[in-house]
Amino acid sequence: MRCAIIGSGNIGTDLMVKMMRSDVLDLVALVGIDPDSDGLARAHALGLEAPHSGPEWVLENAKNLDMIFDATSAYVHVRHYKQYAAAGITAVDLTPAARGPKVIPAVNLYEHLDAPNVNMVTCGGQATTPMVYAIRRAIEELPYAEMVSTVASKSAGPGTRQNIDEFTKTTSTALREIGGAVHSKAIMVLNPAEPPIMMRNTVFAAIPEGSDHAAILESVHEMVAGVSQYVPGYRLKNAPVIEEGPFHTPGGVVPHRAVVLLEVEGAGDYLPPYAGNLDIMTAAAMRVGEAIAQSRKEKEASA
Amino acid sequence: MTTTTPTTDFRLIDSTLRDGSHAISHQYDTKDVIAIVKGLDRAGVQVIEIAHGDGLGGSSFNYGFSKVDEKELIAQACDATTNAKIACLLLPGIGLADDLRDVHELGVGMARIATHCTEADISEQHIKTSKALGMETIGFMMMAHMNSPEGLVEEALKMQSYGADAIYFADSAGAMTTEDVRRRVNALVNALEIPIGVHAHNNLSMAVANSIAAYEEGARNLDGTSAGLGAGAGNCPTEILAAVSDKYGITTGVDVLALMDVAEEVVRPLMPRQQVIDRAGLILGYAGVYGSFLLHSQRAAERYNVSQADILLELGRRKVVGGQEDMIIDVALELAKKHAEAGK
Repeated sequence: MRCAIIGSGNIGTDLMVKMMRSDVLDLVALVGIDPDSDGLARAHALGLEAPHSGPEWVLENAKNLDMIFDATSAYVHVRHYKQYAAAGITAVDLTPAARGPKVIPAVNLYEHLDAPNVNMVTCGGQATTPMVYAIRRAIEELPYAEMVSTVASKSAGPGTRQNIDEFTKTTSTALREIGGAVHSKAIMVLNPAEPPIMMRNTVFAAIPEGSDHAAILESVHEMVAGVSQYVPGYRLKNAPVIEEGPFHTPGGVVPHRAVVLLEVEGAGDYLPPYAGNLDIMTAAAMRVGEAIAQSRKEKEASA
Repeated sequence: MTTTTPTTDFRLIDSTLRDGSHAISHQYDTKDVIAIVKGLDRAGVQVIEIAHGDGLGGSSFNYGFSKVDEKELIAQACDATTNAKIACLLLPGIGLADDLRDVHELGVGMARIATHCTEADISEQHIKTSKALGMETIGFMMMAHMNSPEGLVEEALKMQSYGADAIYFADSAGAMTTEDVRRRVNALVNALEIPIGVHAHNNLSMAVANSIAAYEEGARNLDGTSAGLGAGAGNCPTEILAAVSDKYGITTGVDVLALMDVAEEVVRPLMPRQQVIDRAGLILGYAGVYGSFLLHSQRAAERYNVSQADILLELGRRKVVGGQEDMIIDVALELAKKHAEAGK
């Protein structure tokens, strides 16, 4: 699979470092718009093409590309996604544009392998949706789920800051659509402490009467292992707990709640380890790209 | 634009129905809201703030669920007021711009957009939305003891550039001395073109003194809550601030005795506990921890059989900010684990 990353900022550059290690993805270019960006300089040093003509370059070179990873902005993605699809290029969208189906690798990796465009939700969505899904599958119905994501101020870029509502809305939707909760809420907090804190995520879930608590905890542990296969720094900060209520949630009164306290340490590929929020996005996008590539290969082999 | 009427020296904003909500774990009923709004309005309070304690959209596992939907309560408040303007608070990351549209429809005339004191740039979307709706809009910087006067000015200038009509800083941890307040107000008054306000907490027993000092340095908006009802050891008590202002010859435009009546006859009977500065409250101010962590940390301490003081001190060491209530559980679990290991 011949791939290009578009967007030479933090996310795009971190993804480039990861993709250089891939056996199935053949990265040919990091595409930017600023010729002086650090990302493009690094791409050049790695022997990749490093053009600065943005989406135009992708469209001009479409016949030599199978897949792009879009790490620009929702605005840029929305303007170009139809052109990418028309040119036969599969797009893995790391912006919050949400034009294609949402993919959380540990939950629905194999459901959208043929889609021309898939969306990677948000960093907090990648971290918490698997936990919501894990709890959901262990009980009859999950009336309400909530996530709180705290990231170091230094790792929250201007895009997130100017449109924080987009983060909370998209994440909350993923907790319902992919996690399986009936009602949901997402909260984002920025913490400026020095040295910067690791990305923290907390999942709260309403646990109805008669649920099997041991099964919930076991399902959570299993899912943490699943996510950490593609995000090595993903872990439980404390063992998950079931607390006694009652709790008057938007999904009704429940006797208990599950609390899952997570930490995401980045791999330190381009950004420091505290930026687990960026790492989980790039790691998840890589996983999706590799799965799409493998599925194509298998199809070609059997054709 | 001016934010005080010509007849008063500063504008009093009462937050009993917002910050006070923390102290009663967000259990306000419609009849409480109507009684408080009517009482404050009759006493001449110019602005009454109402929302979940953590602002619009705060009802959650993390911050506590509201007994009655805040928008229902806000609608009741808008109906019950005659002269006072109804205000809401919103923290970007918790509430949405859509919430501002909803409450504007209900008759809310002021929105205060609150961020941690180093993160003003996340308020741009919401300040602009509020301004576009035609609401008076205040940029509100929380946990202001965690930023220097110069740092606060830098953040306040951002909020001013987004269109804020006034800037507040909140001593959310009740951790400031009078000198801390003076230096911050002075820096802001000198650097900004718009009025300054201060929201004080009483964890170090400084709330009224700090509010008066803020006025002396040029703050022209001051917050209070009836009977001091609020996060931590409580807020600056509205009726005491008004009484002390009278003594100083500062014109508030409010009827001090009528405010005392509201505090005594309407608010105190609602209070599950009086606002005293007990050990936990004092530790909040001493360690610089967000006031609304008080009741959450008490519950976690009981649940996991650990010391509330230890939880609060550790949260202070970790430099957690407002909104990170989930870290209370994190710290409680770690303390419980340590105790279990020590007991082996």
